[in-house]
Amino acid sequence: MKQLLILSGKGGTGKTTVAGAFIRIAKARAYADCDVDAPNLHLIAGFSTEPKRSDYYGLPKAEIDPDKCAGCGLCLKNCRFDAISFANGLCRIDPFACEGCGVCEAVCPESAVSLKPAKAGELMLFDGNGRVFSTARLRMGSGTSGMLVSEVKKRMKSGADPDTELAVIDGSPGIGCPVIASMSGADMVLIVAEPSISGISDLTRIVKTAEAFGTRTAVCINKYDVNPDNTGRIEAFCRAKELPFVGKIPFDPEAVRAVNSGLTIADVDSPAGRAVGEVFAGVMRLLFEGNGGKNKP
Amino acid sequence: MKDNPVSIAVLSGKGGTGKTLVAVNLAAAAREAVYMDCDVEEPNGHLFFKPEGVSEENVSVRIPFVHESLCTGCKRCAEFCRFNAIAVIKNKPVFFEEVCHSCGGCRLVCPERAVVEKEKTIGRIQKGRSQGIEVKTGILNTGEASGIPIIKKLLAEKADDSGLPVFIDCPPGSACIVMESLKDADYCILVAEPTIFGVHNLNMVFELVSLFQKRFAVVLNKCIDGRNPAREFCLEKGIPILGAIPFDSELGLLNSNAEIAARQNEKYGEMFAALLETVMKEARR
Repeated sequence: MKQLLILSGKGGTGKTTVAGAFIRIAKARAYADCDVDAPNLHLIAGFSTEPKRSDYYGLPKAEIDPDKCAGCGLCLKNCRFDAISFANGLCRIDPFACEGCGVCEAVCPESAVSLKPAKAGELMLFDGNGRVFSTARLRMGSGTSGMLVSEVKKRMKSGADPDTELAVIDGSPGIGCPVIASMSGADMVLIVAEPSISGISDLTRIVKTAEAFGTRTAVCINKYDVNPDNTGRIEAFCRAKELPFVGKIPFDPEAVRAVNSGLTIADVDSPAGRAVGEVFAGVMRLLFEGNGGKNKP
Repeated sequence: MKDNPVSIAVLSGKGGTGKTLVAVNLAAAAREAVYMDCDVEEPNGHLFFKPEGVSEENVSVRIPFVHESLCTGCKRCAEFCRFNAIAVIKNKPVFFEEVCHSCGGCRLVCPERAVVEKEKTIGRIQKGRSQGIEVKTGILNTGEASGIPIIKKLLAEKADDSGLPVFIDCPPGSACIVMESLKDADYCILVAEPTIFGVHNLNMVFELVSLFQKRFAVVLNKCIDGRNPAREFCLEKGIPILGAIPFDSELGLLNSNAEIAARQNEKYGEMFAALLETVMKEARR
């Protein structure tokens, strides 16, 4: 199974719009939404059936037993996350700041601290008609989104039919832990770039991140006609970096309408829909070129 | 715009809805203000302000290493680490720096005091000025997993500012990094775009700011004629709307060229000045 991961660096460039279209065009049998703290793919590529739901437990959270706490402050002194405060002679944990490292438990002379499992999100696996869709939702303000991303991908892989050729994975914006977690195991990253100065700055940062992890990368531009000068700059950047450039998608009001009706841009006959088809073909050539274009979905 | 310093966090859930547009232009409209870019993974505000006299300071975290001559291979450090950042290979610990959370636990539990810590730079903070705006930017180095220490350092300096309003440009999403950015804010602005994606993620940050008991309101961006699912959501939930920024290609072009619309064009100058007035009135209430 080849895993295609869609990233962007900057948010809102059209990752999910492109991912949704690819899933439709490829009739993808395995796909996942790794943007666990702002998931959206289910809105346009969901199933009508109910998913298998399971709770996701991230790292545990510390709890202090007030009956045992002697107020010595050792935990507070050793906590690197400013998660412990001292009031009325007792130490207290801020569960949002606690990262569950267990240092407070290790240093407490009264054994007043224990680590309790904490629900940090919900995993959902849709399965039916030979297709799987793995997604999740991080609980508000929780950390460990990287671990949840790894879990989402693991479920997609184990749920998919073993002879599935292509998996489409929608990533999250940024360059930090959820992005890095989503890149592990990906055969190729497609970056959806946006022709703005901000978009170019973010593109260079995500390209550098993918380079650091040795992941193969291709680039396309969304809403390219909004700023032709910046589109030219991105194309020049790709040439200079020898990054495969797989196409340009125009700004298309039809795209917004499609998405707001729960459709992908590949479902409506529109300039953006046709352009994304060409981007898809380019990506498939790159992804499957190693085996002579065979096994293409 | 002195007296009553107030800090205002701008967030959105979904990326690309216009957080930076709103935060940058509100700060510019205030003429004297502090702009803080907490979107350390992809900081963009400085591209608009093009600050002058920029000074730079590295941000580092502590990560462990082992004095091999002291290490007996007891594995306590690896057993303790909840982040799976330590593996013991050939009786010696190997540290995976990118998953290390710098908790210091491995050093604490080592009975031989063989584990010590060193500083590792993960990013930097840049400070400069753009007219009356003090521009502070956090930048995470590529390949690093967490920008939280940079945000903490950036926000820790807030206390020493000069009573000017502070505009905090937050990262997208609703995870730990967003929480860190808005923790100490007096008021939150949620920027929403009129798509079902925008609404779904607006709902998530709405839950986040409610959880933190923040006062907040929404700015609608990219408004076009016709149905606006984000406006409908606000009406349904009783969330106040501070203003609506139209979708227009002139504003889009200025913004895509990293120009500050409020400074470049009188029409947008007035629009953001009016929005600022509403925001400040609400934030100071």
